[in-house]
Amino acid sequence: MTRFVDGGLIDRTRPLAFTFDGQAYRGFAGDTLASALTANGVRLIGRSFKYHRPRGLFSAGSDEPNALVELRTGARREPNTRATTVELYDGLDAASQNRWPSLDFDLQAAGGLFAPLLGAGFYYKTFMWPAALWEKLYEPVIRRAAGLGRAAEAPDPDAYEKAYAFCDVLVIGGGAAGLMAALTAGRSGARVILVDEDFRLGGRILSEREEIDDAPSLQFVARAEAELAAMPEVRVMRRTTVFGVYDGGTYGALERVGDHLPVPAPFTPRQRYWKIVARRAVLCAGAGDRPIVFGGNDRPGVMSAQALRSYAVRYAAAAGSPAVVFANNGYAWSAAFDAAAAGVPIAAIVDVRAEPPPVQMERANRRGIRVIAGGEVIATSGKLLSSVTVRARGRTETIAAQILAVSGGSSPTLALTSHFGGKPVYRADIAGFVPGVLPPGLSVAGAAAGEYSLARCLAAGAARGAEAANDLGFTARATPVPQAQDKPITVSPFWHVAQSRGLAFVDLQNDVTAKDIAIAHQEGFRAVELLKRYTTLGMATDQGRTSNVNGLAMMAALTGQDIETTGTTLFRPPFTPVAIGAIAGHHREKDFRATRPTPTHAWARAQGATFVEAGLWLRAQYFPRAGEADWLETVKREVTATRASVGLIDVSTFGKIDLQGPDVGRFLDRVYINTFSTLAVGKVRYGVMLREDGMVMDDGTTARLADTHYLMTTTTANAAKVYQHLEFCLQVLWPDLDVQIASVSEQWAQVSIAGPRARDVLARIADAPLDVSNAGLPYMGVAQGSVMGGIAARIFRVSFSGELGYEIAVPARHGAPLARALMEAGAPFDITPYGTEALGVMRIEKGHVSGNELNGQTSVADLGLGRMASTKKDHIGRVLSERPAFRDPDRPTLVGFKPVDPKDRLRAGAHFLRHGRSAVLANDEGYMTSVAFSPTLGHWIGLGLLARGPERIGETVRAYDPVRGADIPVEICRPGFVDPEGERLRV
Amino acid sequence: MRIPCPYCGLRDAHEFSYLGDAAPQRPDPAAPDAADAFHDYVYLRDNPAGPMRELWYHGAGCRRWLVVDRDTRTHAILGTAFATEARS
Repeated sequence: MTRFVDGGLIDRTRPLAFTFDGQAYRGFAGDTLASALTANGVRLIGRSFKYHRPRGLFSAGSDEPNALVELRTGARREPNTRATTVELYDGLDAASQNRWPSLDFDLQAAGGLFAPLLGAGFYYKTFMWPAALWEKLYEPVIRRAAGLGRAAEAPDPDAYEKAYAFCDVLVIGGGAAGLMAALTAGRSGARVILVDEDFRLGGRILSEREEIDDAPSLQFVARAEAELAAMPEVRVMRRTTVFGVYDGGTYGALERVGDHLPVPAPFTPRQRYWKIVARRAVLCAGAGDRPIVFGGNDRPGVMSAQALRSYAVRYAAAAGSPAVVFANNGYAWSAAFDAAAAGVPIAAIVDVRAEPPPVQMERANRRGIRVIAGGEVIATSGKLLSSVTVRARGRTETIAAQILAVSGGSSPTLALTSHFGGKPVYRADIAGFVPGVLPPGLSVAGAAAGEYSLARCLAAGAARGAEAANDLGFTARATPVPQAQDKPITVSPFWHVAQSRGLAFVDLQNDVTAKDIAIAHQEGFRAVELLKRYTTLGMATDQGRTSNVNGLAMMAALTGQDIETTGTTLFRPPFTPVAIGAIAGHHREKDFRATRPTPTHAWARAQGATFVEAGLWLRAQYFPRAGEADWLETVKREVTATRASVGLIDVSTFGKIDLQGPDVGRFLDRVYINTFSTLAVGKVRYGVMLREDGMVMDDGTTARLADTHYLMTTTTANAAKVYQHLEFCLQVLWPDLDVQIASVSEQWAQVSIAGPRARDVLARIADAPLDVSNAGLPYMGVAQGSVMGGIAARIFRVSFSGELGYEIAVPARHGAPLARALMEAGAPFDITPYGTEALGVMRIEKGHVSGNELNGQTSVADLGLGRMASTKKDHIGRVLSERPAFRDPDRPTLVGFKPVDPKDRLRAGAHFLRHGRSAVLANDEGYMTSVAFSPTLGHWIGLGLLARGPERIGETVRAYDPVRGADIPVEICRPGFVDPEGERLRV
Repeated sequence: MRIPCPYCGLRDAHEFSYLGDAAPQRPDPAAPDAADAFHDYVYLRDNPAGPMRELWYHGAGCRRWLVVDRDTRTHAILGTAFATEARS
C-alpha cells in the first residue's frame, strides 16, 4: 500500500526523480517530499532532537514537528526543512539529520543512553553539576547528540530580495474562508493580496472529499482562482507565508520563489522577503490537528488523522495498511471515511467517547468500519508501527496496524493574532483556543476562528472580507455564499491516556514527555510560561503548534485549575522559520553598504594607491612604489617627502556644512566652546564642540566666507552626526535663530597640499588676482577665487600635518583635474601623493587629536584644549563640563610618549602603569590612544591619556600590553614632537 | 511602523531616527541651579506606558525634527508636528 492507482492532485504524466539518504525514488509533480516518501513506503524519516528516537511524518503541513530534513548539498544545503512543505522537484536531494551512523541504526538511540540526563530542566540540572564534566561530557557529547541539522559551510550562492507591497485588504490563507474573503473584497474593487503558504490554493478543500454548490469542491477552487486572476486589483501569492504582524498594518511575508526548483531561475531570487502594508487583513489560516498523548505515540506510523486524509486524498498515498484511528471528535471520523474512500483500509476507529453520536455510528456502519467506543490506545509496538494495543471497557486488544491516525481535536492556527500580545481564549465547546484581542485592522475567519464546518468557513470568509472592504469605503456584499455541509463539531475534551505503556510525548519536536510535565509541576514550574522554559515545550521551529494545548491541559489537570485559568503562552514572530539570508536580502558582502569613492579615486587608483574604508568613504591609504618592502617603508617616504618639499592628499571626505543667515555667528558661539561671532571675514578658526553632557563631540575648522556666511568642516566620521546635531539645535533648541544650513560635503572636492614648497605649487595653479603670498593669504586665512584657468575655488590656509599647508576646494567634478594640475605644478618639487597613513603619522608627530582621542569619553581638558573654552558665553555642554569629576586632576590627560629604548615599538591600547605596580585595574593610569613610527625622529612615538600626564613630563611609566605580550618603559613628553611652536605653519 | 511626516506624508520608520522624550526643555544656563537642572535635562527621563511626545528626525526625508505623539504600549501614532512649531 503506497501510491493508489488513481486519484490525487498529482500529475502522473510528470514523474520526478529524487533521492533521500542516497536512495533513489520517484514521485510526481504535485507531490511534497513527504507525500512522495509516503508513496514510496518510506516511514522512517528522522531522529528526534534529544533521544534520537525514530520518527516519521506526523502532519502534512507547516506544523510538522518530526520530519525535518537537510535539503540539497554543498553550498545550498539547508537544514531543518519540513518534508511536508518541500515541493518535490526533479533531482531533489534530501537527507535525514541528527542520526549516527545511519538513520536506520542510530547509536545514540541505543538504550536511550542519555535519556536520564535530558529530562525536564536538563539545562539547569545536568549542565550545572558536576562542573568538571562540562568540557568532557556536556559540551562535546550531549550538545552534539541533542541537535538539529547542519548549516552549509560555504557561502550561499543564491540571491535573496526584499520587496514592499501595499493593499487595501490582505487575505492570509487561500482555503475556503480565504478564497471567499478575497473574492468578496476583490469584487468591490478593493486592492487585495491573497497569500497562501502552499503551492496550490484550496487549503483543506484539497484534502477533503466535500461538495460546494452540489459539485466537487475543487471546482469551486478552480472557479475562484479564475475569477481572482481576472481581477486587475487582486494579486495572488502562492508559496508565501505571512510570518509576522507588525505596527501600522505591516505584515512580514516570505515568498519561496525558487525553493521548488533545483536552482532558482536566472535573475530570480531563491526567496523574497516582503513587507506588505495592508489597511485591513483577514486571517484565514485554518486549524491543525492535535495529537493525543499516550505511550508510544511517537512511533513512525503514528500521525494526525487529518494528515492521513491529506496523504490519501490529495496525494493518493498511504505509507502502510491498515490504519487505526484514535480520536475524540467527529472530524477525525470524516477523515477516516475520506481515507477509506481513497483506498486506505481502516481496521478500527477507537473513540474515547463511550457513546459517539449516532449519526457518526451510522456512517461508520454503512462503510463497514469497526468502531471501538470508549476505547483508548495504551501502547504501540514495532520500530515502525506494526500494532496498536487498545483498552476498552476493561478489555485489552492488540490490533495490527501500520498507521495510527490520531486526533485530539482541532487547534485554530492563531499564532499571528498574538503577535501584538493578544492572548488566545479557551472555548470549552470546541476544546480549543481561539483568537483573543486582535492586532489592529486584522479579523479572523473560518477554522482559525474556531468556525469549522465548510459552510461556516465560506460564510465567515465572505463576511470578514466584506467588512474589511466596507470599512475602507468600498461596497462589498457578503452574500450569496456557496452552499456546503454544516456538520456540527462534536468533540469531547481528552488530552492524555494516563494508564499507558512507554514514553508518552507531548512535544515531538523537543522530546518533551508527559513525565516532564509532571516533573515541572512537582518542582513548581507550573505557570505556562515557566513550563515552557523549564521543559522546552513549544519551542523550536514548530513553535509548539501541535504540543502547546496538550501540555497546558495536562498541567491544568495536575494543578486542578481549569484550562481557561491556566492560559496559554503567546506566539511571537516568525510563524515559521525565516532564513537569515532572506532577512539580509541583497545587503551582503560588497552590497552591505554603498562604497563612496572620493573625487580623486580614479586618479589615485591609477597612481597605484591602496585604499581603506574610512567612515562611509574609501580613501587612499598609501601609494606604494616598486621596490618598497612594505607599507611602513612607503609611509616613511611619503612623510619625509612632504616634510622636505611638498605632499598632496584628498581631504574631500571631511564633512562640510554651509551656514548662512544673520545669526550664524551667535549660533556657532552656542555650538562651539570657543567664539566664532568675532571671527573676521576671510579667517578660519579651529573649533571644538561638546555634547550636552560635557564630553567632546567633534572638532574641525570653520571659515567665515562673508558676513553672514560660514563654512564648517567636521571629521569624516562624524559628518552626519554633527549635521543632525546642528539641525536639532536650530529646530528644537533655538528656532528663533535665523540660520539656514546645508550639507555640502559631496558638492566640494578638497585637496590638501602641505610642505615647505606648498605655496610654490599653489601659486602655479592660482588664477590672478588671487594672492597666495604669506601676506595675501596668511595662516588661518581663507581666500576665494579661481584656479586652473577659471575653476571656482576656495583656498583655506590650514594644516593638519604641521607644515605650511593649503586646502583647495573646487566643485566636486573638478576634483580629479585639480589633483592632476597640482601634480603637474608640483613636479619640479617632487610633489608626493600621500594617504591616510602618512596623514596619521604627521598628525601624531604634530600632536593633533583625532578619532582615537575624540572617543566620546574625553573632555576638552583631557585633550589639553581646556584653555580654548570661552568663559564669556554659554555653549552646549558648558554647564555639565564644569562638574567636579571633569576637573579631577587625576583624570587621564593627553600627553606624548616615546620609548626609552628607541628600538622598542609602541602599541595603541597599551595601558600605563607606574614602575613596580602590578597589572591590576586599580593601578591603571590610562592608555595609549595613537602610535606611529616617526620617520622624522627615527623611532616610535605615541599619544595617550595618562593620569596627571602634563605634570609628569620626563617621567617614565610602563606601557603594558598583555594582548600582544609587550611591557616596555616609555617616557612621558609633551604632545607635539615636530615643530612644537608651529613656526613652519606661518612662513 | 510608519510615521506621518507633516511635510513628506506617511513614511516608513526606517527613514527616521529616534531621539527620545520631547518634554525636557534646555534649562537656563545662567540660573543658580543650572548644574542640577542640566543634570535632569540630560539624564533623567520618564518612561510612560501610554501616549508620549517624542522627538524624531526625518534624516532620510525632509531633515525636519518632529514631535511625534506615540502610544508606547501600541506604537499607535496619535499625531505629528514640526518641532519648530510644536515647541515654540
